[in-house]
Amino acid sequence: MTGRGWVLPMAVVFGFVFLYAPIISLVVFSFNESRLVTVWGGFSTRWYGELLRDRQILNAAWVSLKVAFWSANLAVIVGTLGAFVLVRMGRFFGRLLLTGMITAPLVMPEVITGLSLLLLFVSMELTLGWPAGRGLTTIIIAHTTFCAAFVAVIAQSRLRDMDESLEEAARDLGAGPVRVFFDITLPVITPALVSGWLLAFTLSLDDLVIASFVSGPGASTLPMVIFSKVRLGVSPDVNALATIIIGIVTIAVLIVGWMLRKQARAGR
Amino acid sequence: MSEPQIAADTRPWRDPARQPFIEIRNITKRFGDFTAVNDVSLGIHRGELFCLLGGSGCGKSTLLRMLAGFETPTEGAILIDGQDMGRVPPDRRPTNMMFQSYALFPHMTVEKNVAYGLLREGMSRREAYARAAEMLKMVKLESFGRRKPHQLSGGQRQRVALARALIKQPKVLLLDEPLGALDKKLREETQFELIRIQETLGVTFIVVTHDQDEAMTLATRIGVMRDGVIEQVGEPREIYENPKSRFVADFIGSVNLFEATVEAAAPDMMRLACPDAGGAVLVPPQTGLTRGQTVWGALRPERITLSRDRPDSARNVLRGTVEDVGYVGHMSTFRVVLDTGRMIRVTEPNNLREGKPISWDERVWASFRPEAFKVLTE
Ligand SMILES: Nc1ncnc2c1ncn2[C@@H]1O[C@H](COP(=O)(O)OP(=O)(O)OP(=O)(O)O)[C@@H](O)[C@H]1O
Ligand SMILES: [Mg+2]
Repeated sequence: MTGRGWVLPMAVVFGFVFLYAPIISLVVFSFNESRLVTVWGGFSTRWYGELLRDRQILNAAWVSLKVAFWSANLAVIVGTLGAFVLVRMGRFFGRLLLTGMITAPLVMPEVITGLSLLLLFVSMELTLGWPAGRGLTTIIIAHTTFCAAFVAVIAQSRLRDMDESLEEAARDLGAGPVRVFFDITLPVITPALVSGWLLAFTLSLDDLVIASFVSGPGASTLPMVIFSKVRLGVSPDVNALATIIIGIVTIAVLIVGWMLRKQARAGR
Repeated sequence: MSEPQIAADTRPWRDPARQPFIEIRNITKRFGDFTAVNDVSLGIHRGELFCLLGGSGCGKSTLLRMLAGFETPTEGAILIDGQDMGRVPPDRRPTNMMFQSYALFPHMTVEKNVAYGLLREGMSRREAYARAAEMLKMVKLESFGRRKPHQLSGGQRQRVALARALIKQPKVLLLDEPLGALDKKLREETQFELIRIQETLGVTFIVVTHDQDEAMTLATRIGVMRDGVIEQVGEPREIYENPKSRFVADFIGSVNLFEATVEAAAPDMMRLACPDAGGAVLVPPQTGLTRGQTVWGALRPERITLSRDRPDSARNVLRGTVEDVGYVGHMSTFRVVLDTGRMIRVTEPNNLREGKPISWDERVWASFRPEAFKVLTE
């Protein structure tokens, strides 16, 4: 009992320091006047200003947002359909294969996913003539494939929890299968899909490895630009950028948490 | 002259030539190697209120779900109004179902839940909501239309589910334990409401229940199920008075069961040797029994009369001691230990007895008429 008295607070403090110290130092140094990353030169928002004047970074941010937005949308559609087929269609030919394939991107090393997608795009371009070159489209497709896996997992578990007799009741009252999907299934799993969308959005925003494989000239995502900048030496405007990203991600996480809580309450 | 005509009309199942409205032909349903419904055949007539009665897990819901089209029978066929339902999906069947789990749409308000069936039929929003309001009034939930299902109590949800199933006035209504969560008063009111709907609209009801009193009150006929098989089908009175098996006798109402052996068939009476009852029991002569055959006798508690003095006229008299008396308002229940050591239950209406009521530890005679002792071969 006496041991537990101080072990628990220690563990909590240690955990918080471990998790948040790097982030906090990053946020603090983004307001550093000095160009030297390790020396505190007083408070300033100078680097945020510089950031806004940096065309390369702004372009990359715009690319990243576009990629994240579209691949999150597509991932929700593909992932939901996949989950629906797996959970509701019973047994069919190739079910096991589909189960494996849909979750493969979760466990596959990103390097392999990226490489295989690159090979696919190149050979598609050679045989089909599409996608012409690599750029925004290929990144969106690549991100859709791995984000769809996450959405599928979330949607699958929600579909399994959902009382199947809801769908049966709607059928019974005269709704055809498609109607039932849009009237009943979709609204009931919507909170799960929203959190899936947000997850997909952040994953896409985060990704460096896969994007590096499948991007082409003129389509660099934000992580790619940051990474190349940092290799030339850490500059304070990267800190400012990172702080903004952390802010966005924090808000997204809070929204997801709030949605999940609301869903749990309504599902009672 | 016209009397039997009417009787035949209101009880079409008594006329074997009449074509039933719903025909269940040798239906079997297997889940893997487990047989949930086993070779059930049943004919249900238009306007009936048919109760499926049976213990938990005996296949009632499965049978209902096959009628609604949610489960495909492994074998057999279902015909409704002469039409084979084999390839008809649930949304095209002339049936509506109330689910055991209610299955209310959680994201829709109560009134939208109830109106959903009409909206899918293409009825205008205004009309559908007006009808939904009427239905909600019927189930006494008129002020709850704007709530979501999770803001209702269990009994209120059940009534919403009932309203939703009734609103389309289908040819066949399938109700899976429709009244389980209601309190006694509301339950009785809803029972009468169901009977009223059935009589005015001519809807055919199939109601699943495991409450035998409910089945007795509601049903035109009862089908007693056990382990996926229908043991007996009949009018409530028939099932109660003439159960075909020990299971049915025991399941419907309470009963005293005795093991007995056929001893001798006198011309007017048959004698059974029944050691539990302390000797011989006389019953009306019956066909199909052979000497020495083991049979079972079912004796309803209300068919037994208790008295302090030995009744002269009674043909079957047992001797015993009152062990326990329970007062249930309109009647009393007695537990009597016979001198053979066997305990029997007896119920007597409380208005019958004059003078001092029979009480604990009294020596009594328990008598019953020969017809009261129903002989069962299973
Ligand atoms: N989808 C299924 N897969 C496997 N077994 C099932 C399935 N559905 C029902 N069963 C089994 O079939 C049997 C009959 O189930 P059913 O739901 O018809 O019972 P019931 O008579 O309605 O019981 P209750 O009164 O408890 O509702 C049960 O033993 C159940 O476990
Ligand atoms: Mg059931």
